[in-house]
Amino acid sequence: MLESFNFLVILEYLPLFGQGMIATAWISAVSTFGALLVGIVSCMMRLSPVAPLRILAGAYIEFIRSTPLLAQLYFFYFGLPTLGIRLNEYQTGILALSLNSGAYIAEIIRAGVQSIPWGLIEAAMASGLGYFQRIRYIVLPQAIGVTIPPLLGQTIVLVKDSALLSLISVMELTRAGQLMNSERFMPAEGFFTTALCYLVLYHLLKAFSTWWQKRLIFRPA
Amino acid sequence: MFVYYLNNLIRTFPFFLKGLWMTIEVSALSLMIGTVIGFGVGIARNARIPVLNHVLGVYIDFMRGTPFLVQVFIVFFIFPEWGIQLDAFSASILSLSVYAGAYISEIVSGGLDIIPGGQIEAASASGLNWFQRMVHVVMPQAMRPILPPLVGQYVLLIKDSSIVSVIGLTDVTRVGWLTVQRIPEGLMVFGLVGILYFVICYPLIHLSNAFEKRLRLQEFKLG
Repeated sequence: MLESFNFLVILEYLPLFGQGMIATAWISAVSTFGALLVGIVSCMMRLSPVAPLRILAGAYIEFIRSTPLLAQLYFFYFGLPTLGIRLNEYQTGILALSLNSGAYIAEIIRAGVQSIPWGLIEAAMASGLGYFQRIRYIVLPQAIGVTIPPLLGQTIVLVKDSALLSLISVMELTRAGQLMNSERFMPAEGFFTTALCYLVLYHLLKAFSTWWQKRLIFRPA
Repeated sequence: MFVYYLNNLIRTFPFFLKGLWMTIEVSALSLMIGTVIGFGVGIARNARIPVLNHVLGVYIDFMRGTPFLVQVFIVFFIFPEWGIQLDAFSASILSLSVYAGAYISEIVSGGLDIIPGGQIEAASASGLNWFQRMVHVVMPQAMRPILPPLVGQYVLLIKDSSIVSVIGLTDVTRVGWLTVQRIPEGLMVFGLVGILYFVICYPLIHLSNAFEKRLRLQEFKLG
């Protein structure tokens, strides 16, 4: 197994993997930001008193959660051009990732928001705070504390999901492994290096998540 | 043009159903194997056997820390190099069940953690052997918190099975991919693919939610 492992070739391809890791990192960061926006908006829609908004957001969330990301990615990749919308593969990938994770984030935020007792909101209303003031000063500060750990979990999922973008030829980590496999016929070297890079990212995020949770618990009130 | 493509798509619909059947077949098989792996590993991890625990920890970490796509590539491209020839179907089953097994084992060992040690001591003192303890004391209680996330994991498994389409397994995603080469209406073709997944996954998600609700009601009554 390992005796035939060619470390020199890995060394030669290291810049490509570095490039891939940076690409995976920035694509994930941008998509996470997009997903947060989508998630907050669709959560607000889902909890809004206006029925059409509620139904629309509900349908979006349920449909995304019941279909695989790969099908969604192909849907945008093959579907958007027929509508005359031309995005490059990076934009398509980020769009698909954001809309996919947005649905999960909407549910995470909803759980956080619903963990706030209704009495607090009534008290805020009685104090004369408007809808956005209630969200800004009462709901969000409390909801964020509960939602950060699952949000970080979702970010980890997103980083791993971004591997699928290699299938629409986005140059990221998995693509680096695929290139090494097809150029040198060295699947073991290529894909184990890819896996190792993902493990590094995974452990960084996990360590951050643990650190954050500790900070939340021990933070003086 | 749209109507022409729509007619074409309707004519290829049996092909989609075949793909759907393949998705169900692969998911169901790996679901069963993955559950067996998951329960085995979960129970073993919960026993906290020194060396074994570390080995299993590395396995779980690798499965949770790397994308499933990379794992599929490892099974499909690297195993032949080591002299293990697998066709797309067995490679899919293998990668999916080993992957799902890692997540299921975490759910299982989490569920086992809630059983108080005193109960197990009481059961051993009553003369129950390990197997009897598991069947009559531990599992009936542990299954309640295990069941909702387990069904949720099955939904994830069915969705992740779409990824094995990249190594040439003709599941519903691959049928869509093949169809879109002839019928260049991506929204229509992958809309249909999405609907087919939705039909399977949506009821399962609600089943998981129902289990969870029941669990919370029981806790409420007990507490």
